[in-house]
Amino acid sequence: MDLAHSLRLIAPEETLSIASLVLLLVAAWSGDKASRLISILAVAVLVGCMALVAPALCYGLSGPDVAAFGGQYRADAFAAFAKLLIYGSSAAALIIAPAFFDRLGQMRAEYPVLILLAALGMGMMASAGDLLTLYIGLELNSLASYVLAALLRNDGRSAESGLKYFVLGALASGILLFGVSLVYGFTGTTSFAGINAALSGNLAAGALFGIVFVLAGLAFKIAAVPFHMWTPDVYEGAPTPVTTFFATASKASALALLMRVSLEAFGSQADAWRQIVIFAAIASIVVGALGAIGQSNIKRLMAYSSINNVGFVLIGLAVATPQGAAAMLTYLVIYIAMSLGGFVAILMLKDEDGRPLEAIADLSGLSRTRPGLALALAMIMFSLAGIPPLFGFWGKFVVFQAAVQAGFVALAAIGIAASVIGAFYYIKIVKIMYFDEPVDTVRGRSDWAHTALLVITAVFMSPLGYLLTKWLDGLAQTAASVLFLAA
Amino acid sequence: MGGFPILSLMLLVPLVGAIACLKLEAQAARTVALVATLIDFALGVVLWANFDIGGAQWQFQERHAVFSSFSYALGIDGIALTLIMLSVFLMPVCIGASWTSVTKRVGEYMAAFLLMETLMIGVFAAQDLYLFYIFFEAGLIPMYLIIGVWGGDNRIYASYKFFLYTLLGSVVMLIAMLWMANQAGTTDIPTLMAYDFDPHVQTWLWLAFFASFAVKMPMYPVHTWLPDAHVQAPTAGSIILAGVLLKMGGYGFIRFSLPMFPEASAQFAPLIFALSMLAVVITSLIALVQHDMKKLIAYSSVAHMAIVTLGLFAFNVQGLEGSMLVMLSHGLVSGALFLCVGVIYERLHTREISRYGGLAINMPRYALFFLLFTMGSIGLPGTSGFVGEFLSLGGVYQVSTWVALVGTTGIILGAAYMLYLYRRVVFGEQKNADAAAMPDLTLREYLMMIPLGLAVLWMGVYPESFIAPMRADIAALDARLARARPAYDGKLMIGKGAPVHEAAAEGGHH
Repeated sequence: MDLAHSLRLIAPEETLSIASLVLLLVAAWSGDKASRLISILAVAVLVGCMALVAPALCYGLSGPDVAAFGGQYRADAFAAFAKLLIYGSSAAALIIAPAFFDRLGQMRAEYPVLILLAALGMGMMASAGDLLTLYIGLELNSLASYVLAALLRNDGRSAESGLKYFVLGALASGILLFGVSLVYGFTGTTSFAGINAALSGNLAAGALFGIVFVLAGLAFKIAAVPFHMWTPDVYEGAPTPVTTFFATASKASALALLMRVSLEAFGSQADAWRQIVIFAAIASIVVGALGAIGQSNIKRLMAYSSINNVGFVLIGLAVATPQGAAAMLTYLVIYIAMSLGGFVAILMLKDEDGRPLEAIADLSGLSRTRPGLALALAMIMFSLAGIPPLFGFWGKFVVFQAAVQAGFVALAAIGIAASVIGAFYYIKIVKIMYFDEPVDTVRGRSDWAHTALLVITAVFMSPLGYLLTKWLDGLAQTAASVLFLAA
Repeated sequence: MGGFPILSLMLLVPLVGAIACLKLEAQAARTVALVATLIDFALGVVLWANFDIGGAQWQFQERHAVFSSFSYALGIDGIALTLIMLSVFLMPVCIGASWTSVTKRVGEYMAAFLLMETLMIGVFAAQDLYLFYIFFEAGLIPMYLIIGVWGGDNRIYASYKFFLYTLLGSVVMLIAMLWMANQAGTTDIPTLMAYDFDPHVQTWLWLAFFASFAVKMPMYPVHTWLPDAHVQAPTAGSIILAGVLLKMGGYGFIRFSLPMFPEASAQFAPLIFALSMLAVVITSLIALVQHDMKKLIAYSSVAHMAIVTLGLFAFNVQGLEGSMLVMLSHGLVSGALFLCVGVIYERLHTREISRYGGLAINMPRYALFFLLFTMGSIGLPGTSGFVGEFLSLGGVYQVSTWVALVGTTGIILGAAYMLYLYRRVVFGEQKNADAAAMPDLTLREYLMMIPLGLAVLWMGVYPESFIAPMRADIAALDARLARARPAYDGKLMIGKGAPVHEAAAEGGHH
């Protein structure tokens, strides 16, 4: 494998690195005036990168041909699938930002640059074929994310959110690194394929500890119970476009990484980690649902909702079959669309002066004052609750289908019964918007970019989304099958 | 296969109407909704006219593999046909019933109802397991909004209860469906109806489906959402809830539980009998002491649905045909009774029975229709209620004489609470001046009452029209159930029983 070939394979990362450095220079010289230009260019770069990775997914590439640097980096179909999601949601986070920051006069030029750097790290996470690549990608992403969370420098909540994220994130990274060191110590290698080979057969106690610590560190990144505490605070405090970014792109990359590690590196020991994942899945579903009930801030509610949804994704992981992995990817696509739609709708909740509204009470009677927005938000809520015929049902459907096919009927039954708890708070939002008397605080005009994104996600979530199921399932299966080549 | 996709068209018409209604002003929305439901009714008549009785079991089939894991497959047999007819017949009545009583957010209201119609037809016409589930579950959304937005004072509690109860019941069924599809390798309902699952597994699958259908039906003791939902729902919501949504539970039993899990159905028949007997007696007694008219009729619905389940699990043709007829009859009669309540509620804005009295004096024509539907609910011969109840109890008698005995008390108690209701509302002196001043039926109300009354009489006098399309399907189901049929508990004494001519006279109806 020559260097030139490797360099060709990492074309998206090269593009992103060079672009972010160039745009950083532009930002340094032109200042915040150029922030809009930089944003537009950053979106263009991300779209270009999506075009670069798409062929790998379309052709279902896998194996040594697409492994760069001796297998440390992979440009296979799975990575392409995850990167399409990551770059796409990063671009969305850029598109929705100006309308939010402009009002505060805080549209900084570093925002798009940081998003690009984070996306670069996330892409590396999705492509990791080695524990070192994993860690580099994770830290690049995390450091950019900490700064993003604290972007509103003179807002106490934003600063608090950034600090909390940093402290807890650093702790989680430490746990992860400790696990990585144990795994390396007991297997003698950092490459996923090597670990997988070394772990097959009897599992040493030390290696088991390593697996547990690695999974704990990653559980923090995906905000699974019991490592979920930071999520509501960070989601609430961070500026809403950044929260959107965390809920979509970060979630996609962390889950992709978790899938890579669990199924590729630890794939031969699925029985060893399955019960941990099952516990995390059920606990996330239940805690996410119960925690959301008492919330009065819609961003905190969405944070608990994301915990709840991660639980469903983890059911697909616990199954540890290609169908389960494909179901996770399908769920992820639908969840990202729902989250994006949800946060865009939250961004559109503004009072007369354009101040953002976050209290759930402000939604009262929204269906009479802003029927279109209320309808879209109600669709998102029903969709998150997994009520057919909305498309959110499909995500839950494929996950539970995979669980039942693999014989985990009890797990599926418990998971789906717990989803009814979650339905309670979703329909509570609908109740507030449709049944309660209007308070008429939501009066602000909506940005066209927000409206457009909301319409697109709403159409995707409507029953029309089912027309995509064949295509989506095909892609997800192609991508997921890559993870099971070694086994 | 092939031919004109009339079922898709019937799904599409209300859906398009619903989207149109969202954008329209009140009066325009009412008109659009009425036109859409009438078009659908006309399509339903065409469907019935073209249904080939004695022809293929599944007709008007459509199948497009447009989705992953499941296909868009529609098709109906006689059972589905009659229930679709019931739905499209009741929908224009619902729109009519809300013509003047609903004044706020009319467009959204009509849209919710039209959406509901699409979903109801979808449930009865779906031939794919998952497609059925999607239609079945989706009905929660419009009904939740109908109860919550346009309901009475305690509407929020009622809408939550309705939503969460039925959702919890259904999700367990989804797991069972996933398992079945995985096991049988198909999601095609007709194929699954002939698939033999392992009897041990059937037990679990049956219970999962039971969880959903028992709530939907509703069966005692999971019926408590129904009175709340009924009382709080607007009149048209109650009509559609009692008229069609409850039938989804019965349809589920007859389409899924019985043919797909015959052994488990036989195994659990005693459970069904026990719950149904409890329901018949307890809810009838509860109905007897109600002060709220809608609540009374809601409890009577639970009692009638219990007679449906009794007949379904009798495992014979009589019981099955009887259950189907009780469902159709109850759809008409309870819908009509809710309409009757709605008529006077619109005038006086109370459902308290004691606030009325002596309506026969100032509203004689109303009293006539109310009496007809009361008699239909009691099961007077000549009305639709009689035929179905007689057949299903006759079917049960062939399995268990004791169950039939207890089931029959439902008719006696039914007569008690309905006549008591009628006496308090319509007869007696006019003790409330405002009730005495109410005007008689308007033209719009006549237009709703007369078709319902005629249908009740038609089904009572000549039920063959309704039995004929489903006779072959019931026979097929009966043949499928034959291997699991329970033994008769009566100790027939061959050769030295009652005189022959008496037995022949009694058995002549069978």
